[in-house]
Amino acid sequence: MNNPDNLKYAASHEWAKQEADGSITIGITDHAQEALGDIVFLELPAIGRVVKAGEECAVVESVKAASDIYSPVSGEVVDINQAAADAPESVNADAYAVWLFRIKPADSARCAAELDGLLDAAAYGATL
Amino acid sequence: MPLRTPLYDSHLAAGAKMVDFSGWEMPIHYGSQIEEHHAVRRDAGMFDVSHMCALDLAGPDSRAYLRHLLANDVAKLTTPGKALYSCLLNESGGVIDDLIVYFFTAERYRIVVNAGTAVKDVPWMRAQLKGFNAELMVHRTDNHDPVAIIARQGSNARERRRAGHESVAMIAAQGPNARERFWTAFPDSRAATATLGIFQAAEWNGWLIARTGYTGEDGFEITLPTAGAAPAWQKLLDAGIKPCGLGARDTLRLEAGMNLYGQDMDESISPYEAGLKWTVDLKDAARDFIGRSALEGKNARPVRNQFAGLLLLDRGVLRAHQKVITPQGDGEITSGTFSPSLNQSIALARLPAAVAIGSEVEVEIRDKRLKARVVKPSFVRNGKPLL
Repeated sequence: MNNPDNLKYAASHEWAKQEADGSITIGITDHAQEALGDIVFLELPAIGRVVKAGEECAVVESVKAASDIYSPVSGEVVDINQAAADAPESVNADAYAVWLFRIKPADSARCAAELDGLLDAAAYGATL
Repeated sequence: MPLRTPLYDSHLAAGAKMVDFSGWEMPIHYGSQIEEHHAVRRDAGMFDVSHMCALDLAGPDSRAYLRHLLANDVAKLTTPGKALYSCLLNESGGVIDDLIVYFFTAERYRIVVNAGTAVKDVPWMRAQLKGFNAELMVHRTDNHDPVAIIARQGSNARERRRAGHESVAMIAAQGPNARERFWTAFPDSRAATATLGIFQAAEWNGWLIARTGYTGEDGFEITLPTAGAAPAWQKLLDAGIKPCGLGARDTLRLEAGMNLYGQDMDESISPYEAGLKWTVDLKDAARDFIGRSALEGKNARPVRNQFAGLLLLDRGVLRAHQKVITPQGDGEITSGTFSPSLNQSIALARLPAAVAIGSEVEVEIRDKRLKARVVKPSFVRNGKPLL
């Protein structure tokens, strides 16, 4: 699968998408779901939790292993994808359609800098 | 350089994802581990288990030797082809390995040990041959033979191969329809194998076909010469048996409550603390097997723990080495996974002996304590949940 051009990517295999309202939607990449194998459990952050970029924020468990998910940006968790938590295998089916959590940045300048520090699709693809 | 089985190319052709397992390059899955798991529970799947090490024991003292070597008693094997599961113990009653021994005559046996442990088992087994008129031969090419590797390193120049003693491959075909599909692939084998009971084997066409497995399902384990492995695999594939990787093998054996050596037991653990008391045969008081003095009598090591199953009641996944908190003290998960058959997480655990089956305990997962129920260490057999 191609990594969509409209997303930014962390080297730790999360994707981030800036929404029109300024919030950032986060998921895991297709490479990550492929490497993990059958996903059976998502531990998503509590709504209202404040995280820093690079902080452990969620856990994705496959039959094989548990893997920490790091927030690529700083801010407050404003939404989680409960439908994904209820059907974790949906992440395997389409990792770019099934998001995990959404962050509202406290500081938009800092957020822009954090997004700038992520990889674009081509650069991320080159790391795989 | 990782070791490869004779089926390596067959795995790549079937789209396997290969991983290192005890120095062997083995398929972990061919796409979806969960689908492979269900194939074995519902229909038929097959595993390449050629990394396991087959040995032949021959000589007039073979039976006496095995009665000394093994915690289970081969004297109960009287029908040719009958198999027995046993622990190989050290002097202090710790588990060196678990294995299956097949009886042909009192002077001829086949033994199959784990892949990663063969390198320590074979020298140990040979050392115990002293005083017995019997010979132990390994079914491996020199490059794959742990003994040959050791011999090349200069420690034992006597190691040798008997002429014609060939390297073998092993395929486990498992599932409710595995035997029927096997007979579709090899119709001529049906007469020799149709009446085999559980844990019984027959020799056919130079193959050993055994009604054994490590999944909790019916099926055959086939040992055959290396050269015939890839064509046989293809025929089984054509008969509708799905290739399955080590990932599914692990979830299947865990659901069946079968121990994995190195994870659920090792040399520091006695079979009594690994749920394997049923494999230790003390009936013949005169039988002096290795480790016996550590398991009974005044010098017996204390049994403080039991081997139990855990069923996670909260959402999450149990994993090896997580701490289990009980009113009677802490225990530890030895193997844990998500059970595809139960759609719930399960584990095997070593818990204080006083913890009752049916009681509720807590498991520490990251920063949380999740609730789990203590159950007998067997979750699914023959396609059906046991809980």
